[in-house]
Amino acid sequence: MFIDDAAVLADLASGAAFLGSGGGGDPYYSLLLAEAALARCGRFEVVSLADLPEDALLAPCGWIGAPTVSVEKLPNGGEAVSGLRRLEEIMGKPIDAVLPIEIGGGNGLAPFISAAELGIPVVDCDGMGRAFPESQMAIFNIRGLSACPSVLTAADGSLSVIETGDNVTHERIARALSVSLGGIAHMVEYPLSGAEAKAHAVPGSVSAAIAIGRAIREARTRGEDPFDALGAALEATGLYPHCRSLFDGKIVDLERETRGGFSVGKVTIEGFGGGGRMEIEFQNENLVAESGGRILAMVPDIITVMDRDTADTITTEKLKYGQRVKVVVAAAPAMLRDARALSFVGPRAFGMGFDYQPVEALNETETA
Amino acid sequence: MRIGVDVGGTNTDAVLIAGGRVIASTKQPTSADVSSGVTAAVGAILSGAGVSANDISAVMIGTTHFTNALVERDRLDRVGIMRLASPSGEALPPLTAWPEALVRRIAGATFLLPGGYEVDGREIAPLDEAAVRAAALECRAQGIGSIAVSCAFAPINTAMEERAAAIIADAHPDAHVSLSHNVGRLGLIERENGTILNAALASLTQHVMASLENALAALGIPAPLYISQNDGTLISAAEAARYPVLTIGSGPTNSMRGAAFLTGVENGIVMDVGGTTCDIGVLSNGYPRESSIAVDIGGVRTNFRMPDILAIGLGGGTRIHLGETTDDVTVGPDSVGFRLTQDAFLFGGATLTTSDVAVAAGKASFGDPGLVPALSPLLSAGILRRVADMLADGIDRMKTQSGDVTIIAVGGGHFLIDDDLKGAANVVRPEHASVANAVGAAIAQIGAQADRIIDYDTEPRAAALEDMREMLLARVVAAGATRETAEIVDMDEVFLSYLPGRSAQLRMKAVGSLADAASLTAEALAEARHVH
Repeated sequence: MFIDDAAVLADLASGAAFLGSGGGGDPYYSLLLAEAALARCGRFEVVSLADLPEDALLAPCGWIGAPTVSVEKLPNGGEAVSGLRRLEEIMGKPIDAVLPIEIGGGNGLAPFISAAELGIPVVDCDGMGRAFPESQMAIFNIRGLSACPSVLTAADGSLSVIETGDNVTHERIARALSVSLGGIAHMVEYPLSGAEAKAHAVPGSVSAAIAIGRAIREARTRGEDPFDALGAALEATGLYPHCRSLFDGKIVDLERETRGGFSVGKVTIEGFGGGGRMEIEFQNENLVAESGGRILAMVPDIITVMDRDTADTITTEKLKYGQRVKVVVAAAPAMLRDARALSFVGPRAFGMGFDYQPVEALNETETA
Repeated sequence: MRIGVDVGGTNTDAVLIAGGRVIASTKQPTSADVSSGVTAAVGAILSGAGVSANDISAVMIGTTHFTNALVERDRLDRVGIMRLASPSGEALPPLTAWPEALVRRIAGATFLLPGGYEVDGREIAPLDEAAVRAAALECRAQGIGSIAVSCAFAPINTAMEERAAAIIADAHPDAHVSLSHNVGRLGLIERENGTILNAALASLTQHVMASLENALAALGIPAPLYISQNDGTLISAAEAARYPVLTIGSGPTNSMRGAAFLTGVENGIVMDVGGTTCDIGVLSNGYPRESSIAVDIGGVRTNFRMPDILAIGLGGGTRIHLGETTDDVTVGPDSVGFRLTQDAFLFGGATLTTSDVAVAAGKASFGDPGLVPALSPLLSAGILRRVADMLADGIDRMKTQSGDVTIIAVGGGHFLIDDDLKGAANVVRPEHASVANAVGAAIAQIGAQADRIIDYDTEPRAAALEDMREMLLARVVAAGATRETAEIVDMDEVFLSYLPGRSAQLRMKAVGSLADAASLTAEALAEARHVH
């Protein structure tokens, strides 16, 4: 598949924003970068996992840092390519394709720019199936692959190669480096083979994001309900098999604080016509949604707050008192829901005192 | 006594306010040159109220003129753009994603120069003073007279932009310079966009501000002139001449502030029912609640603070579509708009509108109810119930506290709002509602805002809050407010993820009441008169 239309990039940005579950940052600046790259290079190629040779070298990449910094300190444009070139030197062979380390938020578009520069395709897959706050929450770590060698580059041209024995240490070092580089850096990590990607990457997430974004856009154009279109598109992907609009209301309270370097907080949404309340706890991403004392969705299932009129995703840092919103939930890809994955990305991995329950089970009970 | 003026696309309204009351008001046609319409309106106020020009203590003007110039891409300057952020940001040069026609109209030369700050205050690169000078000379050589300067994290540290301005002033003394930290908040692209738009307005603004001041001088009014900005507060004429882009969203804000003043309601919901839509906004402590959505001006994305307005498709000209049965009725969303006085049955037309039904039901009296086709009481009640449901739904969407709220009903179609509307604790219908914009301008206070990122581990929170508070209060006093009335009215603190320590983005807003001209400092007086 080729992308030669800026409208498709906008669809990808919109779909990626939804899959961010409130995190991953606003993809607007990533979209501008991708549009500029498209104008320079004419088209992007997207290949499916099945088309990859087993011995292909693939490089997941994306930006690491603070969303607040990324809107002020913008990329130089050379970061991704210099990181990928260094990885090729280290690996002793050319990179055949790139993929987003996380599809959710701005990073869903990040690899397109470097792919265009290097003349290689983007693989239709990613390492998280959504957005997560830390690198070791990638499916590649859950499945036992190493993040290293990993290359971190910044706008000033500096480059650091990270080699660690474990992926938690890798995340800690990368995080410290990104802070000392001004709060934002580009990272290439978890280099893997075609065979490993086929076994472990979240398949089809790039095309799923495009389909989600397109459904929202087309519904708006036709004057139809974008939320119905979003739900139908998510279920049609097969990757996000259950979806529902959980709540419709306005933000009546918002608490934020910082804890362990993360922006954590709680947003309270009141239903129109006095129709109850929903509370969502977030730590960069939305983690748990509850209403009337019942939990209705939890991480790693996707919980996204959207503008109720436009179906634009509202990331957690953009939540504001008075916004009219809908809360939409979608089942996470099945590979994030097995027992091993949940120990890395389930509620207990975020300090919650309860076990994971799937969104479809929580809401079946509700309707019964 | 103060005079407030609203220069709209069609009418120029003026009011005279004294002792907290509207003494006189007028509506005059807006003139192409702005100033003769203002002269006519202010002149009508003076003669109508029989007051002397010397009794006027201040004149406040709100105008959509600069917005219109941007939307119409008319009378704009070519702009030289300097961004201080390299090597960061080169992948997204200025004017990215702008409409091509506007780029062709205003783009002069663009310079990506070393400079800018990191979030922690370090320099991305030192300012290259020689490069800034060379860029200024290049603009001068190309005949570019307006220059926009943006710098990464300028809202946190203004020094590089200010140094660049000094260098430009030396190398190209005639250039008008717009600095991004005076225009917007964090978000380099949006702030830079606003700065470039501001720079494009430079000549037009100089001309308009000078003609406004001349108009007041010709009327013999010695009082200082202030201009309304987007958040409903005032800036001096001199500041508006430098930063006209700060005034482009003042219309809806002035309307809501005026409604608050006319009713004494500080907290409630303003419903402005026009011909096509009902605009619903929330008043919180006398100011409109701000929107969080990126503001598009003439196709360019900015991050100005604008009021959060919900527009629903219901006004006095909204069409009623009748079906086969009495239950099969649709209200809108189409409207006859300004053609109400020709198309509605009330005025001899053949289109059924909300006004026809409301007048026939005795809710208002205008036009000729005898011309409205007879509707069964059941059908009429059904239509009015549908209208009430739409309005009640709008209130419910906007209000954030539980319980009913006070509604301020303004606009030509305010009769559509029933006193017992669901969700309304009470409905207030102010006198002079048709000139609420001008009232909002007249009663406005001096305002100032700041936006910083602070690491509370290096700068204790209490000290940081106090510093910002003192800085803002000093700014409003310097701009003409009295020290006793200056106060912080809004504070917003967002803790930032992925940064060391306890970093927070802190925003604060201060306002203060205008001092009498007699007690103004010389500095503030000079600010209020930019020409003379």
